[in-house]
Amino acid sequence: MAKKQTVSFTLNGTQVDVVVEPRELLIHSLREKLQHTGPHIGCETSHCGACTVDIDGMSVKSCTVLTVQCQDAEVLTIEGFEQGGELHALQEGFTQEHGLQCGYCTPGMITRAYRLLKENPSPSEEEIRYWMAGNLCRCTGYQNIVKAVQYAANKLSSASA
Amino acid sequence: MAASTDMLEREATLQGLGTSRLRKEDARFIRGKGTYIDDIKLPGMLFGAMVRSPYAHARIKSINKDKALAVPGVVAVLVADDLKPVKLDWMPTLGSDVQAVLADEKVCFQLQEVAMVIATDRYAASDGADMVEVDYEELPVLVDPHKAMDADAPIIREDIADKDEVGHGKRTHPNHIFTWEAGDKDATDSVFANAEVTVKEEILNPRVHPCPMETCGCVASFDKVTGQLTVYITSQAPHLVRTVVAMLSGIPESKIRIIGGDIGGGFGNKVPIYPGYVVAIVASIVTGVPIKWIESRIDNISTTGFARDYHGIGELAADKDGRIKALRFTALADHGAFNSHVSATKLPAGLFSICTGSYDIPTAYCRVDAVYTNKAPGGVAYRCSLRVTEAVYLIERMMDVLAQKLSIDKAEIRRRNFVNADKFPYSTSLGWTLDSGDYHTALEKVLQAVDYEGLRKEQAEKRAKGELMGIGLCTFTEIVGAGPTKVCDILGIGLFDSCDIRVNPTGSAIARLGTMSQGQGHATTYAQIIATELGLSSEEIQIEEGDTDKAPYGAGTWGSRSTPVAGAAAAMAARKIRAKAQAIAAHLLEVGEGDLEWEIDRFNVKGNPAQSKTMKEIALAAHTGDLPDGMEQGLDATEYYDPPNMTFPFGAYVCVVDIDRFTGETKVRRFYALDDCGTRINPMIIEGQIHGGLTEAFAVAFGQAIPFDENGNHLGNSLMDYFLPTAVETPHWETDHTVTPSPHHPIGAKGVAESPHVGGIPCFSNAVVDAFAHLGVTHMDMPHTAFRVWQQCKALGINTR
Ligand code: FES
Ligand code: FES
Repeated sequence: MAKKQTVSFTLNGTQVDVVVEPRELLIHSLREKLQHTGPHIGCETSHCGACTVDIDGMSVKSCTVLTVQCQDAEVLTIEGFEQGGELHALQEGFTQEHGLQCGYCTPGMITRAYRLLKENPSPSEEEIRYWMAGNLCRCTGYQNIVKAVQYAANKLSSASA
Repeated sequence: MAASTDMLEREATLQGLGTSRLRKEDARFIRGKGTYIDDIKLPGMLFGAMVRSPYAHARIKSINKDKALAVPGVVAVLVADDLKPVKLDWMPTLGSDVQAVLADEKVCFQLQEVAMVIATDRYAASDGADMVEVDYEELPVLVDPHKAMDADAPIIREDIADKDEVGHGKRTHPNHIFTWEAGDKDATDSVFANAEVTVKEEILNPRVHPCPMETCGCVASFDKVTGQLTVYITSQAPHLVRTVVAMLSGIPESKIRIIGGDIGGGFGNKVPIYPGYVVAIVASIVTGVPIKWIESRIDNISTTGFARDYHGIGELAADKDGRIKALRFTALADHGAFNSHVSATKLPAGLFSICTGSYDIPTAYCRVDAVYTNKAPGGVAYRCSLRVTEAVYLIERMMDVLAQKLSIDKAEIRRRNFVNADKFPYSTSLGWTLDSGDYHTALEKVLQAVDYEGLRKEQAEKRAKGELMGIGLCTFTEIVGAGPTKVCDILGIGLFDSCDIRVNPTGSAIARLGTMSQGQGHATTYAQIIATELGLSSEEIQIEEGDTDKAPYGAGTWGSRSTPVAGAAAAMAARKIRAKAQAIAAHLLEVGEGDLEWEIDRFNVKGNPAQSKTMKEIALAAHTGDLPDGMEQGLDATEYYDPPNMTFPFGAYVCVVDIDRFTGETKVRRFYALDDCGTRINPMIIEGQIHGGLTEAFAVAFGQAIPFDENGNHLGNSLMDYFLPTAVETPHWETDHTVTPSPHHPIGAKGVAESPHVGGIPCFSNAVVDAFAHLGVTHMDMPHTAFRVWQQCKALGINTR
């Protein structure tokens, strides 16, 4: 077993330290050592997107990155979306538009859609579908997920207008 | 009397039946605060990793644990011999067979469970699993179910080789599981012999997997001091799990607690009891600490919960006008190495005999032969009631085959054969009583919505230009809500369901049910049923399910049975409460019970509505001493509901596809789905269920299949190979409805979640085949991948410019 190392990064705005073997995947550190069970595991092979988090301004499937790669990174997970008791527009949109059923894909979906709206604040339906294609959902058929993202896009743009 | 504004407001406050109430469960999921199985962490918990067979059929000569035990962090390695002292080496299946918990002397399918390594964390457990040395001697492999009953076929199940039955009647070969039939064979044969027209087609429902986003898993925790076993588990049927665990382990059922928690999708995958659960339980009993076992995605697709694998032959006999005189359907069912098919005891082929569909077919016969092969055991019903997709697929494909043979339009052939609306309740020739339906109305509504005539014209023009356009129709009847206990039981337990409601003094309530949501939104919809029945706001009605220490006994959520059975129980329990409330109101108002009438949330004195008692007032009164003579305090009720019949949701779907004859790619241009699920509880949730079911139908029709090579090796068990549609491929869905309430259900509801899957698959296939119909093609097996469709184009010589 390789020697363990301490890795420090910012998780939803808070500085954290975690002791890991070099082979440990970020999703496991988040879920098992840092009590952040919002990102889920659907495959561990980087196909499903349930584990999506945002690292330094990029969507990342956290089953595909080693924790040791995250030294000094800024990591955002679903747990970081609600601010001061107020839901993020995407969280609200997913509820209002019935964009979730079992909820398993939802944290990854919201985190991915967050990055989409940062890069493209008013995406077309086609752009939303394309951007969300790395995140699988077995329950909703995506139609209401598209609507949820549009809801958030509208809300965010009217707030910033 | 016209409803006053006040009444409308009171009604709206309830957020009851028929409102698109937002979901109660979302609050935790959108914050990442759900509690799915892998989120459970108990003090001292260890992890289990499975060692699996690389071979599909092999004898185990020896297992050496030494190197695994030397891996840092590994605590124990369990093999079949370790399970024998506690008699947990074999377990009963839900299909009346037995299954090896860990392979005992031989393995019968690739990736079969051979050993479990228990370690301090998941990395150490999987390191340990890599170090378990198993010495195998390969045996001849049986993959093709058509060869299962050959005289020289390898015998898969030596453990039962001398048994002449495994729960479902006489076996004729060591690889034969059962033969089941329904209808009148002789009468059917004679109609066929004299028919003006007959059609016949071989139709495959390939082996597929429900593949929910969350895989299966459990955390088993046995307390040596109290003898209490608690199991957190991904189960759609926690109470059935508790009973099976009690039967298996000898632990009193009262000391077993099964907790469902949040479930990340089920779709049938999470009904059976899997070896991983059982080994985790044994490991906890042995080690005295909690054990977590979580299935990997590849293990999920390879070993738990496959569906279908029905090799069917459909035949119809008709007159020249296309009126069907008889139906003969048979299927060879590949159940893999153990019959862990989820089926009611008396229905080993599930509800396959619903295969007469929406049609008035006077004479019919169907038969299913099930066999063992060297594949993963099963199967489960993938977003359908048991074997209903297979049945509906056959009849809906065969309707098109018959239409083509007679050159009758595919909508017209359906019209001519529908059971008329005035014929319900209608007894089918295979023994079901369809409770209600109005098929003509549904079909006409859909044809008009899509301008069917216009589409056919466009198709003719495209065909003239050599282009491929297909129009698929499907007018299905589903059968859900298992079910009446006189026909439906599992391991002797009737498939009733239950609801227990307690109303608090301040007028809020808690209801507990025997079902288990996996995304269907039960916490929202059950509360709506109760809200309307009791006149209490759904916001103040808490719903709990899945914890067997709290909820009354029920058979769980599968086969769209929650609304038909537990939803009925909820309404009936609420009515018991309302009856008691009426007696209390009469007492308080000093009138006779007959002098009262119910209005939204209160009892009014007839003719004097100013004199009334609201349900909230009554709730408080029920907890005082001011009650009718001899009445006990409290406002609670429990209902165990045994449905008098199944329910029969139906629908009419149209799909339009454009196929590129040079690449074989199919574009779904339009999909219009009209569903009739009877009374609609929450239109928003219904629509969501339909979107999801159609998407899963799209997946099956256009890409899902689990292939094997001749050695029984899986050729596609990761998400790289197994098709789960993304947002990009998934079509846009249009939904519509009619409402034909179920006459025997307390609120007229029928269940909806499975209809779009069951009806969607044949609709897609019918569209694809219709695109080739003018070229003489009558059937193409799924999945309709671009490559396979291109092969069809090539065979027809239309793939070149
Ligand atoms: S778990 Fe990371 S992509 Fe599926
Ligand atoms: S809501 Fe269940 S997987 Fe998306």
